[in-house]
Amino acid sequence: MSDLKKIKDEFLSKLSGKLDISEINQIKSDLFGKSGLISTQFKKIGTIAESERKKFAFDLNIIKDELQDLINSKTNELKSAEINEKLEKEKIDITLPERSFVRGKIHPVSQTIDEISSIFSEIGFSVEEGPDVENEYNNFTALNTPENHPARDMHDTFYLDEKKQNLLRTHTSPVQIRTMIKNKPPFKIIAPGRTYRSDSDQTHAPMFHQVEGLHIDKDINMGHLKGCLNYFIKEFFEVDKIKMRFRPSHFPFTEPSAEVDIGYEMKDGKIIIGEGNKWLEILGCGMVHPNVLKNVKVDPSKFQGYAFGIGIDRLAMLKYGINDLRAFFDCDYRWLNHFGFDPLDVPTNYRGLSR
Amino acid sequence: MKITFDWLKDHLKTNLKEKNLLEQLTNIGLEVESVESLSGDNELFKVAEIIKTEKHPNADRLKVCDVNIGKKEIKKVVCGAENAKEGLLTIYAPPGAIIPKTKTKLVVAKIRGVTSYGMLCSESELNLSDESDGITELTKEFRKNIGKSYFSKSKSNLIDLSITPNRPDCLGVRGIARDLAASGFGKLVDLGEKKIYSKNRHTLKIKINKERVQGCTAFGSCLITNVKNSESPKWLKDKLISIGQKPISAIVDITNYVMLDINRPLHAYDADKIEKGIIVRNSKSGEEFTALDNKNYKLESGMCVISDNKGVLGLGGIIGGTRSGTEFDTKNILLESAYFEPGSIRNTAKKLNLDTDAKFRFERGIDPLSIEDGLNKAAKLIKEICGGEISKIDIQKIETYKTKKIKFDPNIFEKITGFKISLKEMIKILENLGFEVKKDKKRLELIVPSWRPDISQEVDIVEELVRISGYEKIKYIEPIKQRKKSTLNKYQKLFHFLQRSVASKGYLEAITWSFTDKRYNDYFRDTKKEIKIINPISSELGVLRNSIFSNLILYINKNLDRGFKDLSIFEIGPIFNGSNPGEQNTVICGLSAGKKSRLSWIEKDRNVDVFDVKRDVVQTLVEAGYNSENFFIDNETPNYYHPGKSGRLFLNNKKNKIAAYFGEIHPNILKQIDIKTESLVGFEIFMENLELPKKTLKDLKEKFSFSDYQKSERDFAFIINKEVKAQDLIDTISNVDESLIKNIKVFDVYEGDNIPENQKSIAISVTIQSSEKTLNENDLEKINNLIIKTVEDKTGAKIRS
Repeated sequence: MSDLKKIKDEFLSKLSGKLDISEINQIKSDLFGKSGLISTQFKKIGTIAESERKKFAFDLNIIKDELQDLINSKTNELKSAEINEKLEKEKIDITLPERSFVRGKIHPVSQTIDEISSIFSEIGFSVEEGPDVENEYNNFTALNTPENHPARDMHDTFYLDEKKQNLLRTHTSPVQIRTMIKNKPPFKIIAPGRTYRSDSDQTHAPMFHQVEGLHIDKDINMGHLKGCLNYFIKEFFEVDKIKMRFRPSHFPFTEPSAEVDIGYEMKDGKIIIGEGNKWLEILGCGMVHPNVLKNVKVDPSKFQGYAFGIGIDRLAMLKYGINDLRAFFDCDYRWLNHFGFDPLDVPTNYRGLSR
Repeated sequence: MKITFDWLKDHLKTNLKEKNLLEQLTNIGLEVESVESLSGDNELFKVAEIIKTEKHPNADRLKVCDVNIGKKEIKKVVCGAENAKEGLLTIYAPPGAIIPKTKTKLVVAKIRGVTSYGMLCSESELNLSDESDGITELTKEFRKNIGKSYFSKSKSNLIDLSITPNRPDCLGVRGIARDLAASGFGKLVDLGEKKIYSKNRHTLKIKINKERVQGCTAFGSCLITNVKNSESPKWLKDKLISIGQKPISAIVDITNYVMLDINRPLHAYDADKIEKGIIVRNSKSGEEFTALDNKNYKLESGMCVISDNKGVLGLGGIIGGTRSGTEFDTKNILLESAYFEPGSIRNTAKKLNLDTDAKFRFERGIDPLSIEDGLNKAAKLIKEICGGEISKIDIQKIETYKTKKIKFDPNIFEKITGFKISLKEMIKILENLGFEVKKDKKRLELIVPSWRPDISQEVDIVEELVRISGYEKIKYIEPIKQRKKSTLNKYQKLFHFLQRSVASKGYLEAITWSFTDKRYNDYFRDTKKEIKIINPISSELGVLRNSIFSNLILYINKNLDRGFKDLSIFEIGPIFNGSNPGEQNTVICGLSAGKKSRLSWIEKDRNVDVFDVKRDVVQTLVEAGYNSENFFIDNETPNYYHPGKSGRLFLNNKKNKIAAYFGEIHPNILKQIDIKTESLVGFEIFMENLELPKKTLKDLKEKFSFSDYQKSERDFAFIINKEVKAQDLIDTISNVDESLIKNIKVFDVYEGDNIPENQKSIAISVTIQSSEKTLNENDLEKINNLIIKTVEDKTGAKIRS
């Protein structure tokens, strides 16, 4: 038996046993160290006869590779066993709770305002605002509701002075006046915001939210009003069909005036909008009264158009199944958490109003 | 306005059903609020007499009454009404009856240990009136009805209409009938009312005084002598009861009936109690009279009063007085039918805080030409029921009614409504509504009916036409999806951004009232002016808020009471600086209570602190596009913040507008409010003080450049006077060489052992990088030394060795 074969057999048998890392290192150095067995054989190559040298070198290389591979794989085996052993010890209870996080929410009224703005944005309305404290003129007189008009009774007004000159606006309609005084027609605006009336019971809060709409141009008629509101309601409730009823009403600042009802039914205690035979009043609207246009120096023989006012809180209640108006302003942590929206849920035109 | 179909049929000939009626009423703008059945079960409600009352053995306020319900039946009823007394005639509801107001079914029940068989009802419980003080009191005329049903067997439902303030004519059944007839729902019945023909003189002198402002422009009247006032006949009583009115006596019932039927308020005086004659004049300041509501009114000057020689008899068109009121023994009546100016009525009623049926009608405008019709109708009925002689009618006037004329261009109709109706149709509708119509070339010349004070211009005619033709005829014109102007301006965009940015940091958005409790407001008012609401709904909501904190802290406290411990809420909304329009600011205000990581198995808990809110404020502003490198922060804050643990933030060191405050809420306030939490911190961001970004998002992206040369970090620890701010140190270092110093971080602040008193140690890590080359040791050493020298020179700090 040649030396090579002997070395090979001896070490193959050594390496087949159970070894630790230092034993493997010892074998490695026995074979491949400076004076290791294989290293020594390599040094011998020069001394071997020319005729046998090639074969010897060839065999030696094969044996070297074989032993080296075996050592490497043995080493890897041991290392991975070592890691596995370590990992085994590092095992944790992954069902323990994650690090705490807090989640903020957007109030349903704010969300609804954004939804409304997004819908009207698509058909060319822009958003205007006005102050919460208004003067008597903008809130009433300019809106064709002079002093001693019984319609003022319909607005229980909070006043800020004895002369009743300054008040908390009872509707968002004064924004119409401010917008029209400031600019030139055409006008196409919505104005969401806080409004105030001094009554308070189960269905009335002393503060609530309205969105005003105003579209004045040369030829805007009641058909445009109907089309606009029909579009809005459909988009808002995210339904394909809506049952809508316009019925005559009266507001001093519009003529003709209408109130709008939408059809609904109750299913399992929830309101389903757009179906059924019941009617729900949701907004007031009409053609802007010529007197109002005159008050803001817009010529009613040249310009005409519509205005509407919608209760935002009520819309939110209907859409999101909220029963109690007063809860909106009660700041109950549980309620805010339940009915609030994730701040990332921004209603936009392209992604739609909701998920 | 309450009506029944039966009553309507007095004025309207129709074959249509009640169901159609309800729909049609709503379609023409007379909104049906509710429909109630007054028949059926209501026959259970019986006229009864209390024959004995005893104090309830177990309750001071309750009485046990023996009630005679007829047919010799006596029931024991427990009753809490103060007016329940022996001999009182009232309305009894047996077990099984459904109370109209509450819709609850009565059962035999033990009340505090005493069994009660049924209930004695108040007027409000029976929907007869809003009177809920005590049980119904019936007049002695009802004695013979004991045991009989109080309500008649009318099968007609009670229909409650919401009449808009522009339609006084529809406050009478006839007006409603006219509108219905015009819309094709039957035919208006011609009543063919005949005028009174009398030779009897009207012997009472009536005079309308000339005043600078006279609220009464016409006063019509007649005398009816030798009447015998009595209970009304059944048909009249049933009629009033059918719409929820309580019959009183024939004369009062008749005047009420005429008012409800044709919207013509009348007033009946006991003529024998009038001294000499009637003078319609303005009141003098301090004059007093007792009105029919048994209240005494002290008048201001200038109110329109009906008086005699002795003084005020009543407030014209609002309420009569007790002195001249009719009673069952009244023999001679003066019946008044007048016209009062709506403005005058409103002013007076408002000043005296008086609301009556007559006032409600006059302030909306009564048909000025209905004076005679009203007198005719009522006087004839009185004569019929109470006998007597009617005098000639006397009408005093200081103004004559002028008919209103409108020239109407029929083309306007389509221009406003978007659809067409024929001229013929227009004329028909208008004539049915009572207009006189003449064609004048292409226009219609219209005379407005005297009962329509609401109609004065062409657009009003359009409304009449479209209302009667039907709003369903208006077409839907699809809106065009086109945007010519951006939806939101920069300010509004910022508003929405900040709102969602704060919410994303774990705050729940709240919306609270714009007004608040004065006491809470005072805690956060700082130097601002208090703004009172003159007529608040409650004293706890009596002032406009000067800060959002007042409400948020109140609600944080309520939520703490609910058992929540760690809370973060915010609100974005107005605060007020004055009581004029525009004296308000938009503020984002947040409040955080409690701890972070409470009861965490993995993290150590800690109180929320000023640096939490500082992060929220800074991060929010940075996200909104403001550069935090320019921020300037100092500790001058309003007195509601902890003076040592709060800050004020400016967007830059020009310090002209305060962008935000943040900090711990002052411990004194926490103590006074008695709020129980480990820590309470808050912030306010003032939207108006944030300069609006001039650039668009795309402009904000500057040229992208970075340095690939190696960067080095050097740490410094300075011992420095306690008063020196970290920000000053950072500013000093960054100014050493802005091209090389890329980042500065404070990583330790220490006071105590080994540090001299009044000094502190601040450890700072500075990142140094050149954009031109890799700095060598020499370069770094140079900048190092420069940093140390500059800091030591400028701040008095010493480098720690």
